[in-house]
Amino acid sequence: MLNRTAENVARATPEPLARKVRGISDKGLAWLFISPTILLLLAINIFPLFWAIYLSFTNYRANRPNEMVKNLGFANYQRILGDQDIWIAMQTTAHFVFWTILLQTLIGFTLAWLIDRKFRGHAFWTTLILVPMMLSPAVVGNFWRFLYEPQIGLFAYAISFVSGIPPANIQMLSNVSLAPWSIIIVDTWMWTPYVMLICLAGLRSIPEYIYEAAEVDRASNWRQFWSITLPMALPFIMLAVLFRGIENFKMFDMVNLLTGGGPGSTTEVASITLKRQAFESWRTGYSSAFAIILFVAVFGLANIYVKALNKVKQR
Amino acid sequence: MKSSFKLALGLASAITASTALSNAAHAEDLTLCWAAWDPANALVELSKDFTKETGIGMKFEFVPWTNYADRFLNELNSHGKLCDLIIGDSQWIGGAAENGHYVKLNDFFDKEKISMDDFVPATVVGYSEWPKNTPNYWALPAMGDVVGWTYRKDWFSKPELQKEFKEKYGWDLGPPATFDQLKQIAEFFQKRQIDGKTVYGASIYTERGSEGITMGAMDVLYSYGFQYENPKKPYDMESFVNSDKSVKGLEFYKALYDCCTPPGASNSYMGEGIDAFKSGQVAMHMNFAFTWPGLQKDENVGGDKIGYFVNPKGPGGDQFAQLGGQGISVVSYSDKQESALKYIKWFANKDVQAKWWSLGGYSCLNAVVKDPKFPASQPYAQTFLDSMAIVKDFWAEPSYAPLLQASQKRFHDYVVAGQGSAKDALDGLVKDWTQVFQDDGKM
Repeated sequence: MLNRTAENVARATPEPLARKVRGISDKGLAWLFISPTILLLLAINIFPLFWAIYLSFTNYRANRPNEMVKNLGFANYQRILGDQDIWIAMQTTAHFVFWTILLQTLIGFTLAWLIDRKFRGHAFWTTLILVPMMLSPAVVGNFWRFLYEPQIGLFAYAISFVSGIPPANIQMLSNVSLAPWSIIIVDTWMWTPYVMLICLAGLRSIPEYIYEAAEVDRASNWRQFWSITLPMALPFIMLAVLFRGIENFKMFDMVNLLTGGGPGSTTEVASITLKRQAFESWRTGYSSAFAIILFVAVFGLANIYVKALNKVKQR
Repeated sequence: MKSSFKLALGLASAITASTALSNAAHAEDLTLCWAAWDPANALVELSKDFTKETGIGMKFEFVPWTNYADRFLNELNSHGKLCDLIIGDSQWIGGAAENGHYVKLNDFFDKEKISMDDFVPATVVGYSEWPKNTPNYWALPAMGDVVGWTYRKDWFSKPELQKEFKEKYGWDLGPPATFDQLKQIAEFFQKRQIDGKTVYGASIYTERGSEGITMGAMDVLYSYGFQYENPKKPYDMESFVNSDKSVKGLEFYKALYDCCTPPGASNSYMGEGIDAFKSGQVAMHMNFAFTWPGLQKDENVGGDKIGYFVNPKGPGGDQFAQLGGQGISVVSYSDKQESALKYIKWFANKDVQAKWWSLGGYSCLNAVVKDPKFPASQPYAQTFLDSMAIVKDFWAEPSYAPLLQASQKRFHDYVVAGQGSAKDALDGLVKDWTQVFQDDGKM
């Protein structure tokens, strides 16, 4: 059937085109098919990357197109690495990445483990838990901003109900100590289901006979968890951590919508600083250098992590 | 067959012709870019007269304030043709002039006999000139604006509150003449129960993302003695930006934020201020004058319930206010500059300016604002006039964006987040601004 279709297609190919194609090798044909994608990738990924690297060595500003572009060598990089505000933004980012990953992994794995018990109605609960992940970050950011409102927000009223503190005093987004946690809570709420899904895939991939063998050996549930469940699900957990780590390192939308980096600069993560330098202060060369530093940092860390992940998988 | 072919051909020609005609009719439509706010709606209404007179259609591109600068500066920097006319913020004038985004209007003004002497001097310097105080015009003053205050006249006139206030502070509760008095009033109202509701002292600018906290803090700092630079030595900022008087001014702004604003007001600008006042949360409200026509008409807080006052005096008796407002310019990348200039000529007309004011826009034309009937034309007209007489503006340098970002960060870090001292914030600001001017080769 397939042969006949191919024959029909070949017969339908106009003779001049068929003559041209006849001389092309399989490899050539493969290149012909993938070349549009490669060209597109070069145009929208590779070229901008190299252009950004070039700009990072200059004083170029996008809002001064007529100004002469000077080569500054490594001056932008030196300035960034010596800028205290940049280091504070990096610390804020690290704090945010650490706590969101820790909470999402713990809660996500626990939820996956519970869902894997296959209790009655587990399918319904799985769907319900996945809902936050399906929402747009813009929607999530905006409605949590309302929830956090000290005067009308449900969050403040809920905390007030439990703690007895007046809602007006629960200023999640205005308080320097609480604002970073307000973002961590929202990110955890939204992305824990994602971690849960990956962990659930890991748990479901563990063959049942291993548990049966452990049962025969009279291993306790606790022992089975530490010796079978956790080690065998670990590559999946590590994969989830990798994905969330990369995502949260460049987190922008949620922070921008909830606090805009404030109060002061307490929630100003690296991506917010980068946006301010690039599109508010119009330091294009400087911000390109910062973007390259961030790229190298994420790329380097991700590579080290992937090597560790491979080692765990080979065990 | 032949007749069907003819019919089809006829239809196709008719469709082509009508499309071409409609394109021709729209070819001269002008697009005016501005912020999405109440005065923009008034301008839409006003511009219908221009279309009636000239046959030139008007399209509008309005962007919310929070994205206004990002959106339109991107447009100008990329030499976009979206806007034929733009009402750009006063601080953009330096960059727009030096980077060739705006058409220089001197020759056009001379030809059409439009004189800048006919406009309020502060608006000419603020919205049209670059370099400042030189006769180089890049815009026609379009929308006068200044930071001032509204207050709840109905609360201020409650006899029991007046009595309590007098006993506590020793002076009559009324619009404050000094910032110290303003703080006393704000403290008096903070967390007070009025008509069964908890109310707060004042709504002030604290927004971090665009320009909010800078506009608010500067509005106070000017009257405390803040100066951008040494008047005798441009760009010399040490001991001017961070003078003892400036430090006192910034400390006052933080104290006002800490004592007397509604809960969670850590990122408030124009919209949040309007909401706070309209919802009956605050006794006083700092905002640009453009908000006043809308508040005056508001059923809950407008009419007899609202009063207006000029920015109060500082401790040394100085009294200044932060300039807002914009001029209208012709974008140099527009293909319809001739029509755009026609619009400017039409807009400069006295009758059009009078109608502009009556619709809710703030005219900058002397013939309108110096008309003897003007102060009584609206309850806020006199406050607007008095405020416009004492304006100061932020840097309008081509590098205004990084200058603004630096002040946003330094002020928010200190005032809202409580990090460091006022002196640290202003010393840091001198450092940041010096760096910007050094990068520009101006120092």
